[in-house]
Amino acid sequence: MQGDIVQMGAYIGAGLACMGMGGSAIGVGNVAGNFLAGALRNPSAAAGQTATLFIGIAFAEALGIFSFLVALLLMFAV
Amino acid sequence: MDQFLVKPLFGEGLSAFAVSNATLWMAITVLCVIVLFVLGTGKRSVIPGRLQSVAELAYGFVYKMVEDVAGHDGVKYFPYIFTLFIFIVFSNFLGLIPGSFTTTSHIAVTAVMAVMVFLFVTILGFVKNGAHFLGLFWVSSAPLALRPILALIELISYFVRPVSHSIRLAGNMMAGHAVIKVFAAFAPLILMSGIGVVVTPLSIVAITAMYGLEILVCFIQAYVFTILTCVYLKDALHPGH
Repeated sequence: MQGDIVQMGAYIGAGLACMGMGGSAIGVGNVAGNFLAGALRNPSAAAGQTATLFIGIAFAEALGIFSFLVALLLMFAV
Repeated sequence: MDQFLVKPLFGEGLSAFAVSNATLWMAITVLCVIVLFVLGTGKRSVIPGRLQSVAELAYGFVYKMVEDVAGHDGVKYFPYIFTLFIFIVFSNFLGLIPGSFTTTSHIAVTAVMAVMVFLFVTILGFVKNGAHFLGLFWVSSAPLALRPILALIELISYFVRPVSHSIRLAGNMMAGHAVIKVFAAFAPLILMSGIGVVVTPLSIVAITAMYGLEILVCFIQAYVFTILTCVYLKDALHPGH
């Protein structure tokens, strides 16, 4: 086998970092699901809160992107 | 990943003044924006044609967003926010053309935009509200013993804002395009090995699905960048919880 142990550590770390995206997916689903539940109860008030929905989704997804960034940094910038 | 490399266009080395593919695509973005808005609103007819309708829709969409989120005195800063939104939307969408370069996928570009927003909002907050702006960090609805710790946490999360603001946009753009590239790397397998007969159609379907998702993500990320800018602007104009 070729390569050094630093590269191995980087690749294993990249794989581990991708596990963070699962939490982000749960979070985004949580936000969207709660919005859906609220919107089905009160459809006329739902239209005014779509901005809040998108802000919530963006915040929850941002952390998943951070973990993806860590994975990319480990893969390509050691 | 070499779709994200900044390459000089005319054969010299890379310097701050060399024309690179990033420069070219930023120029194309600005050109498209100018074409849409100058030609679109040139006629000023009361019943808008198609191009004017698109320009008016974009204007109305961002104007409503700024007015809803930042309040009526936030509308003064509408040109800056509109510029941000339109530049990011056009950059993101032009990056979807196969073979092009997404300028907003580089942290250099998005960090400049996010840091400008941060400086603008902070300086505006101090100019408009003076020392009262620091009331943003002093949560008055919490018990008195807890307030210093909360103030520290609020301060840290305030300084993390430009970091998260920039990385969100750059990361989303880079991630989407990298995933498309990865799936595209599987597509030529039909020439290389026997299993390619199954893998190639699946990967082409996956690329198509990812492209659709990317179109949605491009628009949503531009919208989120802009609406977060409006939220920070509202915080600066009316600090305090």
